[in-house]
This record gives sequence, structure tokens and C-alpha cells, in this order.
Amino acid sequence: MNKRLFFVIAAIVISICLIQSCKNNATTQVAEERIPDVVSYNFDIRPILSDKCYACHGPDANKRKADLRLDIAANVYSALKDNPTAHALVPGKPEQSEVFLRISTPDTSMLMPPPASNLKLNEREVSLIKKWIRQGAKYEKHWAFVAPQSPSLPVIKNKDWVKNEIDYFILSKQEQKGLTPNPEADKERLLKRVSLDLNGLPPSLEMMDKFMADNSANAYEKVVDELLKNTAYGEKMALHWLDVARYADSHGYQDDGYRTQWPWRDWVIHAFNENMHYDDFVTWQLAGDLIPNSTKEQLLATGFNRNHKITEEGGVVDEEYRVSYVTDRNDLFGKAFLGVTLECAHCHDHKYDPFSQKEYYRMFAFFNNVKEVGIESVIGGPETYAKKPFIEISNEDVKNILTFINKPDTNRLIVSVMGDLDTARKTYVLIRGGYDAHGAEVEPGTPDSILPFNKDYPKNRLGLTKWLFDKKNPLTARVYVNQMWQELFGKGIVKTSGDFGKQGELPSNPQLLDWLAVEFMNHGWDIKRLVKQMVMSATYRQSAVITPEKLKADPDNVLMARSPRYRIDAEFIRDVVLSSSGLLNKTIGGPSIKPYQPAGLWEGATSGRGLLSIYKQDHGADLYRRGIYAFIKRTVPPPVMGIFDASNRDQCEVRRLKTNTPLQALVMMNDPTVLEASRVFADKLIRENSRPEEKITKAFRSIVSRKPAEKEVEVLSNYYRKELKIMNDKKAARLLSQGEYPQDEKADKIKQAALMQVIVTIYNLEETITKT
Amino acid sequence: MEKDILEYGLNFNRRRFLSKLSLGVGSLALGSLLIPNLFSKTGMDDDIYPPGIPHFAPKAKRVIYLFQNGAPSQLETFDYKPKLCEMMGEELPASVRGNQRLTGMTAKQASFPLIGSFTNFKQYGQSGAWISDLLPHTAKIVDDLCIVRSMYTEAINHDPALTFFQTGSQQGNRPSMGSWLSYGLGSENKNLPDFTVLLSRGIGNGQGVYSKLWSNGFLDSIHQGVQFSKGEDPVLYLTDPDGMDRHDRREMLDNLAEMNQLSYKEFGDPEINAKVQQYEMAYRMQTAVPETMDLSKESDDIVKLYGPDCLVPGTYAANCLLARKLSENGVRFVQLYHQGWDQHGNLPFEIASQAKDVDQASAALVTDLKQRGLLDETLVIWGGEFGRTNYSQGKLTQDNYGRDHHPRCFSVWMAGGGIKPGIVYGETDELGYNIAKNPVHVHDFQATVLNQLGLDHEKLIFKHLGRRYRLTDVSGRVVRDIIS
Repeated sequence: MNKRLFFVIAAIVISICLIQSCKNNATTQVAEERIPDVVSYNFDIRPILSDKCYACHGPDANKRKADLRLDIAANVYSALKDNPTAHALVPGKPEQSEVFLRISTPDTSMLMPPPASNLKLNEREVSLIKKWIRQGAKYEKHWAFVAPQSPSLPVIKNKDWVKNEIDYFILSKQEQKGLTPNPEADKERLLKRVSLDLNGLPPSLEMMDKFMADNSANAYEKVVDELLKNTAYGEKMALHWLDVARYADSHGYQDDGYRTQWPWRDWVIHAFNENMHYDDFVTWQLAGDLIPNSTKEQLLATGFNRNHKITEEGGVVDEEYRVSYVTDRNDLFGKAFLGVTLECAHCHDHKYDPFSQKEYYRMFAFFNNVKEVGIESVIGGPETYAKKPFIEISNEDVKNILTFINKPDTNRLIVSVMGDLDTARKTYVLIRGGYDAHGAEVEPGTPDSILPFNKDYPKNRLGLTKWLFDKKNPLTARVYVNQMWQELFGKGIVKTSGDFGKQGELPSNPQLLDWLAVEFMNHGWDIKRLVKQMVMSATYRQSAVITPEKLKADPDNVLMARSPRYRIDAEFIRDVVLSSSGLLNKTIGGPSIKPYQPAGLWEGATSGRGLLSIYKQDHGADLYRRGIYAFIKRTVPPPVMGIFDASNRDQCEVRRLKTNTPLQALVMMNDPTVLEASRVFADKLIRENSRPEEKITKAFRSIVSRKPAEKEVEVLSNYYRKELKIMNDKKAARLLSQGEYPQDEKADKIKQAALMQVIVTIYNLEETITKT
Repeated sequence: MEKDILEYGLNFNRRRFLSKLSLGVGSLALGSLLIPNLFSKTGMDDDIYPPGIPHFAPKAKRVIYLFQNGAPSQLETFDYKPKLCEMMGEELPASVRGNQRLTGMTAKQASFPLIGSFTNFKQYGQSGAWISDLLPHTAKIVDDLCIVRSMYTEAINHDPALTFFQTGSQQGNRPSMGSWLSYGLGSENKNLPDFTVLLSRGIGNGQGVYSKLWSNGFLDSIHQGVQFSKGEDPVLYLTDPDGMDRHDRREMLDNLAEMNQLSYKEFGDPEINAKVQQYEMAYRMQTAVPETMDLSKESDDIVKLYGPDCLVPGTYAANCLLARKLSENGVRFVQLYHQGWDQHGNLPFEIASQAKDVDQASAALVTDLKQRGLLDETLVIWGGEFGRTNYSQGKLTQDNYGRDHHPRCFSVWMAGGGIKPGIVYGETDELGYNIAKNPVHVHDFQATVLNQLGLDHEKLIFKHLGRRYRLTDVSGRVVRDIIS
């Protein structure tokens, strides 16, 4: 190869990409370098101060330098301690403000942030701060800690486009930037999208035919209602919640023994299907045991906070682990319900947000009273499948009150749940987070900056849920509607769905977020209503076509002038494969199942102790259950799921990555689940009395959820004919050996194998596992 | 080839391009031409520090980490303590123990009888380092090694200690060291993953390993460690199904690409092209990985060097040989784990067997890299997650004893990659309980490894949920004394 040419080309590639990456690094908003006429503290200034200054001039009292605090207005305008003639900020006068002087000086010994911190302000940031000071250097409370007010609908030009209120907010932003929304997606694409979003399954051929034939004005709404009624809705909604709740089927440490927490998972599916409202849904899970005269179902719901990892490693220090469980619950509470990084205040005052370490432990006190120990038992038999406190679920319970539990046998069934000590355990600030380093004793309480704890509430977890669902709480509703937006639109209105604090991203559409949050609260925290509202919007229904102009104007689709296009979650990829091929076993709930898995994964990474040291794959109908039921052994989670970015359930997760790797290609090409589904589907199709093109069209429709274009049928039919030509008995027999589903020995194996190759290819299409 | 690379670059997800650029360290000079300030102090700002390019000129390009899982006793391997033999059976003085917390296994033990090594030590090489008789092959290469006898950690149990070593945090959910390097330096070989993992097990008391140890944490999953295993499928799902040959796969991929191209025409989504490229890389991996895994073409001399076990797939010796091949082919980080070093009891027998598993092949790896001229650019690391106590766990008898976990001091060695050869760094007290000189914390060790790869541990950061995360969390200093 010509080396010089190679380097020239490589250099061009690199420079293009560097320029590109610099652009993308600078901001995730639509490229806008102009300094705004009116500089906003919350949107322009605070992100700079927080990211570049708070580490030394922020809320953490122990690390504060020069006794200067820039996160609150309290003393920024008065004389500096170290230099009484100077002032940090002089409103209107940047030239007299130390803040401006120190960030703009060429003298590196004076420059802020100090070069050694590896932090630096760029020119735009310096100009923004200068202008902000000139305009009065006014502080505002952090937007997320002010309770949302319902904004009025913005004025828009294109009224024909909007379907509901959501669209007003979206369109208004677009009109400001001169963008127009995409037209509505074609019916087939729209049906696939909404079916995946509400049920996690592709639409059946019957659904497609029915919807295509329905020309009534509310055809789409009818489909939405149907999908919301389907029990698959509960399974779809449960997946995100299982990530939040770090649900798994093993204890998670060292030998990683088995646990029977699945009845709690069955309850989650049931609760979503019953459309339990969010306030009850969460209250039961956090404090079901403290509700007066609580029912067994409410007790079961509290399994939520016992899903964390529990050690069975002999030799640990008991208190160290007990404290780690409480820590896990507390951190989860911050991340999942409040969307704040409370965990940062575990060892010291929070560096960016106004949470002191003391407040962390006041919150911690709510979860510190559980009748539990750090290590109850080492790996063992059924008595170790749940840890105290637990409930026993009898066959009577399942017959009468807990009818949603899919208990397959008569074995004793125990589930870890919450339960408090009669005498409260004392809670102390733990110095530097050390489990045995007790500081001052603290009482249960909540961070004042979010909402002070109402004295009338009981000082326990039940009181905490009352605080959480107090309409004055600025975060609860915003955080949940944002998570739902993320699940339906690919990313949240606040992209960092686990961090609404000062280091989090700003909302791309703050008015919409607030409107949704207030609306959600005003309608009794009704989840199905919220979901329906989102999928009924014109915003949701747009086509996903990306024009070069839109890609350039808004590469990250912040303004939603098109529907996002992205790969579906790991579990739903499995569901698409099983459902479209007809293999899917629709049973809901029950103990998790063990599908095909490459040999030796559990065995190669085990101490050799316990039920889970050997992977005993299931057989028969259990092989075809939905992805949500795949057994999760925390130390060796199901490999296919991990390759497609599923949570390993170590800790609470509110957002999954969406990556694209060669290992994913290998899975789609060679996973026996895909190959078996293709074989079985091919067998079904060759029995039908139809031409090859019709068979291919039917396969394509079932898998991709739309009719193939002529050209597509042509490519695939040619491929089929080529395969027919090279196929022989031996090759066919080998190809058809995939999976345990019985093979019809009388089938025309040559045709079946050739068609199977085509179907595997259809499963591998980018569009198949993409929401389009 | 040119076209290939050009397309690969142009089509790749633009945001991640730099971390994926398949030129890796080879692009150093090029990178510095394009970003003039890349290697000067003034250019240091995380905003203009794209991942995929080192922070300064690296000494090492690759790492092979021979993790001795379960924690080998330093007192029977590298830390010679004749005083312990003299004081055999005497009580550990409380003044030495201080306030060290104990694991639940010995916390209730009434007595802590000191116990010396059952095996002898001799001095070797120009450095005169003391090496136990259990490691005769290692003894021969001692002048290539830097033995650190003053490692210490904070964790006292396996799971948190392993996780701490690999991710910088005891609780997990953070990227592993190999993932950080993949993120920080990109790939040298576009047919193989940047970070590979090989497992083996001895007959000693074992502790599990966990795939979370090679997790990408909050980094892109392209940086995840890929486990290579013995058997038909060295990488999960690598092998085409029965009945499908390379020609069939090519045919399938060509049709797939044509179909995906139609989709691209309709949607204009760059991710579609990225997907096609990932399928092409998968296709190349299908050839490259088995070629690398094939040990049948190794010469007799090599087999002799590593020992006969190196032809038995899944053994530590085979994994060492494989590690050399992967590393030679540009895999940035090869992580081995050898299980079975948790000698709470029956130590003399078990540790002898474990040492026999790893001694020859570990030494062979260093020798082999050296004779290929690769040792200079490859950092080899050998060590466990913590040390073991100088007193016996359980009953001390004439010929049998055990040792509990000990975080306060233990030994690791490093070779190549710009680390000073033939030195012993750090000292423990005469009872081998506390560090007497030059302590090296786990984060110091991590900072040093990154430094050798041309990465500043304080600048290799990833912002996640509002915080800048590092492998070394909030501490760590480069151990300059051991760098040549």
C-alpha cells in the first residue's frame, strides 16, 4: 500500500474528526456560540461555577478554600476575608470583581481555577461570567429545588400539527430555532414503535392487518388502549423498575448464592397492570410494612428494599456490611426518587449540591432500623434463599390473596422484606463514611434545600413517603416523568436522569418537564395516563427520518424535530426473536428461567460452592420465556444481556447505555436462540402453500413489522435461490441442528435450511432491533 | 486498506471516534502534529483532552496482569522473615498488631501464634533478592523483576479487595483497569478486543472470580473485558453455526449490508453504517481470534520454556503463552486470573501446588517477551489482592498451618514496561506484619501502571452523574522510585 497516501488520508480523517469532536465536546445543546442578551444564572452561569469552581468554593465546608463560597449569594458581595479591600462579586462591575479578575488573568500563579486542578474556563465561559456580573450578578435558587408550577401553553404558529399539550412545548422550541417537525410516521412504523414501547413486543400480523385496515380517526388511539390493557404492558414497564430496584436472583457477593425474590418481581408486573398509581406504588415498596394494618401484599412490596446485594462471605465484619445495606437503600432513594447524587455526601459534605454529610445521615436514619444483620448465613440450602426479616408465602396465600404470584410447586417460599426493630437503632454521622467511625448522633430528617421534613409526619419510612409525595416536593414528580420520557423517547428531558443537581444536565425543555410533572401530580400520579399522554402526542408520532439538514442543525435531536431512532433493550431483542417466530411462551412470572448459555461461564468463575456453581439450563417451554425472566446471577449475569447493555443489577440504575459493538453482531449471528427461532419459523413457512417470495414477505413482516419494499424482496429472494443451489442434505441437516425445539423429520430440509439462512439475515437487520 | 480505514473512521459514531481510532499509539506522532500543544504543559485541560491519545510519551504500550486470585502468602514467596521461624509459636505482640481489624474468621481466635515459612529462601541474581524455594524459575529471572514488598490495601475480604484492585473502588460498578486503558488509549488492533480476560484454576482453596471485575462500569461497553476461554468458542458467540462456512458468512454479510444500505437511504441515520462496520469487525474477529488462540504452531523451544502444560488449554501455562500472543498482536490489556491461593489452612501443601502451577510459565512469559524484544514495551504484573497473616489461623501443628487475610503488607512484582529491573522496593518489619519502609497503596500502584502507559491518573477521567471519576478515585501517587 502507498504509505504516503495512507498518512494523508489518515490525517484528513483525524482532523475532520477532531473538529467534529471539539464541536461535540463544547456543548450538547444545539450549536449556539452567541452570548445571550440576558445571561441566566441557572442556565448559563451556575453550570460553569458548579463544574469548575465548587470543588473548592462550594458546599463542602472541609475543602473550602479562602473561606469563599460561590454556590450561595450569602457573602459573595462582601469584602473577602483574605483581602478586605477586594470583593468576589461587585454587581455591574466585572473589573472590580475578583471572580472575573482571577479567571481572566494571564498570570498563572493567580489564575483560577489553578492550573494544577486540570480545570480551565474557555473564552466563552469567561465572557458569560463577565456579562452576568455586568448585568448584576444575581443568584437564583437551583431550578430543580424549586417546586414546579404549571406553565401556560406557549404560543405557536403551526397549530395544525399539535395533538396535545406536549406538542406546544416541543414545537415552540423548534419554531424559535427555525426547525419544523417531521411528518407523522407511516402506520406500520408507528405501530411497531408503540407496540415495542408499551408491550416490549412487535405487533402480530393480525394487529398489523387490523390497524392498516382501520381508517377511522381514532384508529391509533384504539391500538394504544389495546396495548395498555395487554398484560405484556406490565412486563414492559417492570423492566425499567427492576433496574431501579437492582432486582436479581442471587445474593451478589463471593459465592453468590441463590435467592427467591421473584415473587416481588411478580408483584411489580401485577401493580403496573393494575395501574397502581405512582404514589401508592412507591409508598408500598418503601413503607408497606409500616402502613397501619398492612396487608401481606403490602409487605411483599417492601421486598423492593431487600433486593440489594447481601454477603454470604464468612469472615466479614458484620457491621461493615449492615451499614453497606443501609447505604445502598439511602443512595437508591436519592438517585431513583429524587434524582440527586446523595451518595456523594456519604463521606463528606456534597461538593456541588447543598446536602451536608449530616443530612445524608439524617436520611440514612430512615433506613437504619431494619431487623437485619450484616451476615446472617453463609452459602447453604433453602433456608438461605431469603434473609431476615422475611415472609413466607403459602399456597393458601397464592390461592386467595396473592393470586398474581406464579408459584409452580409446593416448596416453602420465602421472600426478604422490610421490618423495623421495636427500639430504634441509633444513627450517627459516620466520619469519612467509615462504618465504625461514629460521629454525632442524628435524628431522621430530609435535606432542607429540597423540602424540610414536616413535623407532623411520623419519623419513619412511612413519614418519608409522605414527604416524598408532598406536592411541594420539587423533585419526585419531575424525576419520574423524566424517567418515563426517557423510556419512550430514548433520553430524558433532563438527560442525566439520575442527577437533577447542579452537576446534572439542564432540562432541554424545562417548561415541558414542569407541565408534565404538575399534570402527573394533579391526576393522582396515574402512570397509565402519563404514558398514554406521551404516546398520543404528535411529537411521539413523528417519523424517524433524519435529513442531512436536521442532522447538522440538531445532531443530538435535543429539539425533537424527528422521532429518535435507537436500539431496543437487551430483553426485548430476545422477545422480538421469540415472538415473531411464534416460539414465545407468554407465561407471566414465576422463578427465573435459564435459557441457552455458552457452556462453562458459571463453572469457570465459581468457588465451587452452592446451587449456582453449575448452570443447569432449562428445557422445553421454559426456553421460550420473555427476556425479563432470564435468571440473573449477579457475579456472572446472562452474557447476551450484558453485551446489549443490560444492568448487572449491582446497584440501582436509572438509565442504560445504548452501545453498538462487534460482540452484538456475533450474538445476533450465532446465538442459538436466534438460530433456533429461524429454523422453527422456516419450518412453519415451508409448510404453507405459497411462493418463496410470499414466504419471505411474511417472515419479513413478522420480524421487521412492515411490508418489505420490492427491492428488499428481490435481494432476499435472490439470496434464497443462491442458498437453495448450494444446499445439500448434509449441510442442511447441520444447519437445522440448532436448538432443542423438535425438528420435523419429514420437512423438506433443503428448502427449510435455505429459508432459515434468509430469516437469520432478517433478524440481523439493523431495523429489526431498532425503534424506528 | 486505506479505504477501509477511511470508511471505518467516517462512519463510526462521531462522538466516540477518537477513542476507537484503530491506530492507537501508532498515531502518536500524527496526533501531536495535529494538536500542537498535545504534549506541552499548557495544553492540559480536560476539555481538549480527547480520550484515545496518551497524555505524555508512554514507556509501555501494553499490560499483561497475572492476577493470583485468593491472595498468595508473601511469607512463603517473596518476603523472607527468618525471625518468624525463630519465634515459631510465640504470640504476636499486641504492640505490633495495633488496631488492625481482623476478619470474622480469626477475630474470635484466642491466640495468634507466629509461624515462619515452611520453605527455605535463597538470594538470587545481582540484586540478591530473597526468593523462596517454591519459585525456582522466578528466581532465575529475578534481575528482570521489580519486587514490591510493601503493597497494602484497605479491604480484608476477597470480593471487595479484588474489586478494589481492579476498579479502584471496593463496591464495584466502576470500570476495570483494562477498560480504563481501552478508553484512554484506544485500540492497536482492529481485529481483536482491547481488553481480554483468561481464567485458570489451581487445586488450592479457591475464591470465585466475577465478570464484574472486567466490567466497563459507566464507560461504553466497547471497553468491556472480553473473556477468552478454552474450547470451541474462545470468544462468546464467535463461532459460526454448524453447517456454515466462511463463504456462507461472507454471502450473508453482503446481503445484510445491501439491505442495511436500503435502510440508510430511507432514514439517513449514521448509526446504520456504524452497525455495518461492527458486523465487518465481527467477521474479522472470527478469523483473527482462532488464529491467535492456535498454539499448535509454537516451536518446541517455546513449549519447553513454558512447560508441557502450555499445550493443555485452560491451564495457567497455556494462558501465559496465549497472553504473549494476544499482547504481541496488540491487545492492550491481557488480564489473567489464577484461582486457588486462599490458604486459611493446609498451607504448605496447597501453596506448593499453586506455586508449581504458575512459577515456570510466569517466568517464561517474561523471558519470552524479552527474547522477542517486547519486554520494554510490555508491562507484566504478578500479584494477589492482599497478603496473609504472620500468625497461624487455626491450630498450628508441626507440619501444617494456615494464614488469614492481611491487608497491611504483601508483595507483587512487575517487569518490563519501563519499570526498573532487578530491584526490591519497600520493606516490612522483621515480623512481616507492618510496612517499615516505602509503602505502596493500591491507588499508588494503579497510578504507576497508568503512568507507564503514558496516562496521568489525575487526568484520565470520565464524568458520570456529575462527578469526574478516576481509576485512582481521589488519591494515588506515581511511585517514581521504581521507574527507570
